[in-house]
Amino acid sequence: MPFIPHTEKDTEEMLAAIGVEHIDDLFDEIPKELLAGKLERVPEALNEMQVSRLMRERASLDGTPMCFIGAGAYEHHIPTAVWDIATRGEYYSAYTPYQAEASQGTLQTIYEYQTLITELTGLDASNASLYDGASALAEAALMAVRANRTNKSRRVLLAPGVSHVAQKVAEAIAGNQGITFERLPVNAATGTVDFDALDDTAEAVAVAIQQPTFVGTLEDVDRLTDWAHARKAYAVGVVNPTSLAILKAPGQWGEAGADIACGEGQPLGSPLSSGGPYLGFMTCKQKHVRQMPGRIVGRTTDLEGNVGYALTLQAREQHIRRSKATSNICTNQGLLMTAATIYMSLLGFDGLGRVARASHANTAALVEGLTGIDGIERIYDGPFFHEAALRLKKSVAEVLEALAERDILGGYDLSSDYPELGNALLVCATETKTTEDIAAYVSAMAEVMAA
Amino acid sequence: MSDLPGDLLYTKEHEWLRKEDDGSVTIGVTDHAQAALGDMVYVELPEIDQDVEENGEMAVVESVKAASDVYSPVAGSVVAVNEALADEPEIVNSDPYGDGWIVRLQPSADIDYADLMSPDAYQQLLDELED
Repeated sequence: MPFIPHTEKDTEEMLAAIGVEHIDDLFDEIPKELLAGKLERVPEALNEMQVSRLMRERASLDGTPMCFIGAGAYEHHIPTAVWDIATRGEYYSAYTPYQAEASQGTLQTIYEYQTLITELTGLDASNASLYDGASALAEAALMAVRANRTNKSRRVLLAPGVSHVAQKVAEAIAGNQGITFERLPVNAATGTVDFDALDDTAEAVAVAIQQPTFVGTLEDVDRLTDWAHARKAYAVGVVNPTSLAILKAPGQWGEAGADIACGEGQPLGSPLSSGGPYLGFMTCKQKHVRQMPGRIVGRTTDLEGNVGYALTLQAREQHIRRSKATSNICTNQGLLMTAATIYMSLLGFDGLGRVARASHANTAALVEGLTGIDGIERIYDGPFFHEAALRLKKSVAEVLEALAERDILGGYDLSSDYPELGNALLVCATETKTTEDIAAYVSAMAEVMAA
Repeated sequence: MSDLPGDLLYTKEHEWLRKEDDGSVTIGVTDHAQAALGDMVYVELPEIDQDVEENGEMAVVESVKAASDVYSPVAGSVVAVNEALADEPEIVNSDPYGDGWIVRLQPSADIDYADLMSPDAYQQLLDELED
């Protein structure tokens, strides 16, 4: 789909046609006191050559360190074909074209994405993607409040494994709508929910269950899903898509399965890219589909019986339902969703399973190596996926700085989110790491700890 | 223009209301409303025992063109919903005053007839809309 900018002549003709002198006059209705004026700290424009030079200089500051940080965004090998295809002219756009008469290829891609994500999460319906994993949690909370109409509570309970960053984002988005987020008690030995300390009289509209937990351990999702349903709360699975190749899909959790699943789709073909853009995914049971936010593409047949694709269930959306819309999201994360679709298609379920198992094996090897060093121990017992929390006898911030000097990004410092854990470090080794990489990290860590 | 059933009361939002012998009221949308909305694809029904305010939203009728709130002309509590609409929302199109009813309420206070229209008054409203 070509992008054709207006020429000055086009603009003049349009302004003349509607009888307006300057484009600025179109914004007259914005009160003067609301205009920001000159933005002091925004630098002057640079030309293309200057921008290229600046970006090269900034990029070189990053270096090419080995990354052992996970904590919600994961470095995975992305087959070259993924972005080779995703950046073809037919796909490459910041805007997703939805017109059925002009966009059958894009719409079919979205339909395939929805199919893949529903298969991965074991639920019935998917939207076309959301902005990111954290905003997807906020949307899931809002959706639960709308859909769970026998339950008047506006309280969402979060399993201890839910990311603190995601909670902050969800509170920022949904907090002003009277929705509160509270954490369930944690079992200090596992980092998962403490079932003995659960209040069985607790009222909640939804319980969000992250699997694996932020600290890498595995929640008893079956039991927690059933606990949620026993109090008429929806179970919302917050899941890592890579892990779903080897862990139970949210649709199969407990007796009845999770009602909604959401999560961060970055591991499916998006580079780390200094934190974004990423994509959020969301699926749900069929009966909740009319409360799902965002766009949904459906497959249909045209008058001649040919298969075709079109947006469906649009009456939920803002351009039709106005203030009563399920969400103000009237778009999707088109480019990254395209990459995710190609990534999943290329790997297949078996390939994703190999990525998941290799990541688990590498993290297990890393943990074994690191815990062999004096002054480092695992914080939690029990199984983990591809991340593990370690307790260090030294300041984590100082250790990470010393590792960075050796060109190693050693992990995520848990001390600000989990001060009760002391010097706690979250490490992750995906399939991108070799035995030599892991050995290099362990040896650097041994030096740093001995220093 | 179809004939308006004479035993119903009407609202300017194009709902109809029928007083039942047991004191409850049955509510649906008018033939004009269903025709304006087009083919129904979904009706979102309230829960039994749900309390509804006067002029409060009580259901949503969704067509291929739009989703529209159905407002309750009276305050009350939901005693029945038309479960058949879950699978066959098109009944609202084919029989809006009969099998296409939506909700039955038990009014919690006396009905304010000032806000409701007789068939003649509603017909007049429809005639004005046509002009």
